[in-house]
Amino acid sequence: MAVYPPKPAKEPPLTERGPIAWVRHNLLSSPYNITFTILGLAILYWTIPPFVKWAFLDANFAGHTKADCTGNGACWVFVKEKLNMFLFGFYPQDQLWRPKTVIATVLALGAFAKFVPGLHRFKLLLIAIFPIFAFMMLHGGSFGLSLVETSKWGGLLLTLVIASVGIVLSFPLGILLALGRQSKLPIIKSLSVFYIEFVRGVPLITVLFMASVVLPLFFPEGVNFNKLARALIGITLFEAAYVAENIRSGFQAIPKGQYEAADALGLGYWQKMALVILPQAIKVTIPNLVGTFISLFKDTSLVMIIGLFDLLAMVNVTSNDRDWLGMDTEGYVFVAFIFWIFTFSMSMYSKRLEKKLNTDKGK
Amino acid sequence: MPAFLRNEKIRGILYQIITIVLFVGFLFYIAQNTSHNIEQRGIKTGFAFLHATAGFDITESPIPFTPASTHWDVFKVGLLNTLIVSFWGIVFSSLIGLLIGVWRLSPNWLINRIAAAYIETFRNIPVLLQILFWYNVVLATLPSTRHALNLFNTVYISNRGFFMPKFVFGDGAWMIGVALLVAVGAIVWLHRWAKRRQDLTGEQFPVFLTGIILLIGLPLLAYLIAGKPVTAVYPELHGFNFKGGKTFTPEFLALLFALSIYTATFIAEAIRSGIEAVPKGQKEAATSLGLSPMQQLRLVVLPQAVRIAIPSIINQYLNLIKNSSLAAAIGYPELVTIFAGTSLNQTGQALEILLITMLTYLLISLIVSLILNWFNAKMKIKER
Repeated sequence: MAVYPPKPAKEPPLTERGPIAWVRHNLLSSPYNITFTILGLAILYWTIPPFVKWAFLDANFAGHTKADCTGNGACWVFVKEKLNMFLFGFYPQDQLWRPKTVIATVLALGAFAKFVPGLHRFKLLLIAIFPIFAFMMLHGGSFGLSLVETSKWGGLLLTLVIASVGIVLSFPLGILLALGRQSKLPIIKSLSVFYIEFVRGVPLITVLFMASVVLPLFFPEGVNFNKLARALIGITLFEAAYVAENIRSGFQAIPKGQYEAADALGLGYWQKMALVILPQAIKVTIPNLVGTFISLFKDTSLVMIIGLFDLLAMVNVTSNDRDWLGMDTEGYVFVAFIFWIFTFSMSMYSKRLEKKLNTDKGK
Repeated sequence: MPAFLRNEKIRGILYQIITIVLFVGFLFYIAQNTSHNIEQRGIKTGFAFLHATAGFDITESPIPFTPASTHWDVFKVGLLNTLIVSFWGIVFSSLIGLLIGVWRLSPNWLINRIAAAYIETFRNIPVLLQILFWYNVVLATLPSTRHALNLFNTVYISNRGFFMPKFVFGDGAWMIGVALLVAVGAIVWLHRWAKRRQDLTGEQFPVFLTGIILLIGLPLLAYLIAGKPVTAVYPELHGFNFKGGKTFTPEFLALLFALSIYTATFIAEAIRSGIEAVPKGQKEAATSLGLSPMQQLRLVVLPQAVRIAIPSIINQYLNLIKNSSLAAAIGYPELVTIFAGTSLNQTGQALEILLITMLTYLLISLIVSLILNWFNAKMKIKER
């Protein structure tokens, strides 16, 4: 019997496969599309080459003084020489190993939590101890460490301290406020609603002014908060309202049956919330929470207005140095880049989480 | 535990009583401390300071202001400046946001990526940094007034700000305004009439084209009939600065540019997610009905996308208004800079001033959320 082996399918024409087809379909599919491609190329031509020229080709990297910057481009020598200022502010030069140790500990803890399975209690214990350890290290005054006042903290260190303390403290406060808003008790509910809506209706800067100018009036003489503590109180109280709204939107995604099932099991209010409702509500709203934390991170730059020397404020400080006048462009670009790295990786993380959570629902 | 405590209702009431007692106690504690501290420091209380002379001048003010004006006038100037910069910020951020949002959805890969790069860059950099960058780097390095960039002898760009022609309205200029209103009214009527006619007969009428002709033609006609009552005053260099014309200060421009560019990223994202939220089937159904791509967008996709996009866009407008308070960092004389800043420093009455400032922003937020609620109620899907 004759055998007719099927011929292999003919390959699509050259214009319909590979990079050529991709270009045809994505860049040149219609006259309209071609116009847009030309426009896009023009935009790239106007933005990318000048920037690359300024930031890399014409830039100066080597040297130690302003005199070493001879090109027309950026003077990265400035950033290099002032790097410790940008990262740690006025933290004493000989004590820089302390913030560095804290940062190394954070990284080590993160790696430990991610790569070592199990040991949940031990990990929680470590996480609980860490803030105390970090404060001891940074602030000093005990265990033979010299005292470094919080007014000396600055740069990226201060930004990270404010952001992480703000996130850690505003989270539980936000949960309480969200629970209050969901509550059936009219007084607790209206107080929570009032607080949340009031805070969300005013700009952060007014809350920070309130915390830095009015807060000291609220407490008896002798009770003194330093500038950093006041900023932390202001930021925490402010962001808690936004966290509360995130968590409320999580509550709304929980089916009624979950509440009823918890009731049927005989769980009390706190058990019902802590064991059944909150874990689900928070899981649903994690992407929103990350969004709130991103804006919190960006908002930390506002503490500059009430006189703290965060990462952004360091641009002014360093470029006012008489040896480095006129270097603020480099400073701003560098600081923007650092902020961008943090916020962008947070938003990438939130996007990944969103995808992961979506597949759980079988979408 | 005693039996009555097991009753949920009674427990609820108890909880609330405890909350009230704690809350009132806390307020009382604060009030007592505050009044004591204020007395100790010799700070005045009450709102009488609003009628006291401010004693400082404000660089740009939409209403007459002298050092002899009161702190209440400072408040008014600040609020007006907040509203002015917010208004223009909303206009520009909407325009940029719309453009970038549409680009982000473009089938053209290059444009699509450029829009994404724009969004990811400017959204992730703190807006305060952007304001300072515009103010201290971009605008400060522009040429001085003597060597200002000259655009057609009408617009001058320098490190002291942008100088543009000012329009002066003479007698009879009201006719142009009336003509504009008439044109808008006519377009609304025309739209309704054309729709009714199309429903009845199926004939279409070029409403858009006619509308544009009316909108430009009627005011132009009024302008000519009234004897050209509008004249432009051009800025001219006198000594070190420009006189005449309209001046936009670097403070205003830095704030405006940064806020517009920053907020536009969020508006672009809102537009994109709104359009992407419309199910694919809707577009396919529209195609099978024989609608052209433009008609699909206008009649099927946009009406549904708007319902999703507008609420978050309005929220972004509110954020823009609140972010305008960051002017405090560069000294554009808006509410926070001059009222919660200069006036506060002069009078020392932080509590009263911050309260007024916060309540003002709260009122603005309230008005915006009322608009939002009205919109949501109007746009709700009416199911039968």
